[in-house]
Amino acid sequence: MLKRKAPAKGIFALPYAVICVIFVVFPLILLLIYAFRGENGGFTFGNFAEVFTNSSNYMALLKTVGTALLATGICLLIAYPLAYILAAAPFNKIAILALLFVVPMWMNFILRIFALQSLLSMLGIEKSYGAAVIGLVYDFLPFMLLPIYTALVNLDTSYAEAAGDLGANAVGTFLRTTLPMSVPGIISGVMMVFMPCFSAYAITDMMGDSNTAVIGGKIDYLISQNQWGVGSALAFVLLVLVIAVMVVGNLVASSRNAKANASALTRGGSAV
Amino acid sequence: MKNKKRIFTVIGWVVLVLALVLMYLPILTVVAYSFVDSKTVGASGEIGFALYARLFENERLMTAAGNTLLIGVVSAFLATLLGTVSAVGIFYLKRGKQAVNVVSQLTVYNAEIVTAVGFFLLAIFCNNVHLPVQKGLGWLILCHTVMTTPYVILSVSPRLGQLNPNLFEAGMDLGAGQTRTLFTVIFPQLIKGMVSGFALAFTLSLDDFVVTNLNRGEVNTISTYVYDSIRRGIDPAVRALSTVIFVAVLAVLIAVNVADKAKRRRAAK
Repeated sequence: MLKRKAPAKGIFALPYAVICVIFVVFPLILLLIYAFRGENGGFTFGNFAEVFTNSSNYMALLKTVGTALLATGICLLIAYPLAYILAAAPFNKIAILALLFVVPMWMNFILRIFALQSLLSMLGIEKSYGAAVIGLVYDFLPFMLLPIYTALVNLDTSYAEAAGDLGANAVGTFLRTTLPMSVPGIISGVMMVFMPCFSAYAITDMMGDSNTAVIGGKIDYLISQNQWGVGSALAFVLLVLVIAVMVVGNLVASSRNAKANASALTRGGSAV
Repeated sequence: MKNKKRIFTVIGWVVLVLALVLMYLPILTVVAYSFVDSKTVGASGEIGFALYARLFENERLMTAAGNTLLIGVVSAFLATLLGTVSAVGIFYLKRGKQAVNVVSQLTVYNAEIVTAVGFFLLAIFCNNVHLPVQKGLGWLILCHTVMTTPYVILSVSPRLGQLNPNLFEAGMDLGAGQTRTLFTVIFPQLIKGMVSGFALAFTLSLDDFVVTNLNRGEVNTISTYVYDSIRRGIDPAVRALSTVIFVAVLAVLIAVNVADKAKRRRAAK
């Protein structure tokens, strides 16, 4: 055991790094190659032209963005008050309450959607765009609720109390202390609902009618019908969109942090 | 002030109970109708365990359920092992930490359909260069492992910061090799993160549809079986299956909760 110097423990990251290259990075490169590859194997913009000029493709993408925004907005409107109540006294003392809201998350989501669809059809509600949005909201609500709840439960309540002491009314206190401080929770909740909507074609297929499908279903269809070029181009456009949303989300989060740090510094009087 | 508080409590209860009722109503309806032998929920039929008997006779559904469980357990086990080793490695990494983190974040936030297409194209590529890759159980286990490993890393990493930084050196000073130190000294300290990572990976695998659908070949899981049978009409036995899964989830959660409480009580003594 003479060769022992300082142990290079970073070596344990190697297997994962290799797997990431093979299974994460390389497939994305393949995606790019197929997106720019014509039928005869040469370079082409044809697949992207097909995405942006064939209305059935770009309309499906735009419609999905709309549907995702709608479902995310409704989730936020429902989840925020719920999270607020759960995080406030006396409800925050009852641990089982928050748990009850996430139990359905542990069940297979297709079975959950099957249950919802069975109930709606029992009540006479037909498959429709509205039903599809209800399905998305029903499935993704816990993913919005959880991060907001976590943010609110860990919130320092002294700010709200101070605002109250300084004469702000309940609404003002909420709007100027609690809401701004829970923004990080809102951002991660929004990301966790908005993104999966693009792939949630199982839900829109089971709940909606023929023209409610989200883009994921289209891509799945194209790929499984051996139209790898157009399918890859669509998937690539989606990937760019995902990265854009990630970057914007990170920017918003970090600019908030910077602001918070700045105000903490001025509040402290002298900077270090 | 006190009055306001009371009003908030009352409104809070009303809202929470209403939300929970709406959330559980579909599931409980299916549970109730799993004891009714009818074609659809809401239709009348004989009350009894007929659907449960049908469930065990539906060979394709039982195979799908078995596959789901097999893929879930094996991929979660592999992901936990790989994720924990990697978390340790990434934690001690001097260079390239950012790069690894970005890539694993990408898998977490990426649209699942893009990941699915990626795996699909990778399988084609492997076939083109004559690697013996075949869509099916093994390939799905591999895909699910890669897909869930970042989540294991996310749940193990926070615990690493709390470790005694000299632990690794201590193990090696006592004569254990690097790998042995990792498995016998570091792993036991991370067991909590590993358990929650395993649970997360397992449920993500059970829940998966998009990646599975494009990479399954002829193999079915519960998700793909139910999805495929929408057009042909879903076998009512799926209601019995839903009930079994729901009860199992409840039982596990209650058991975990009870064990946790007992542990805390013991710690308090």
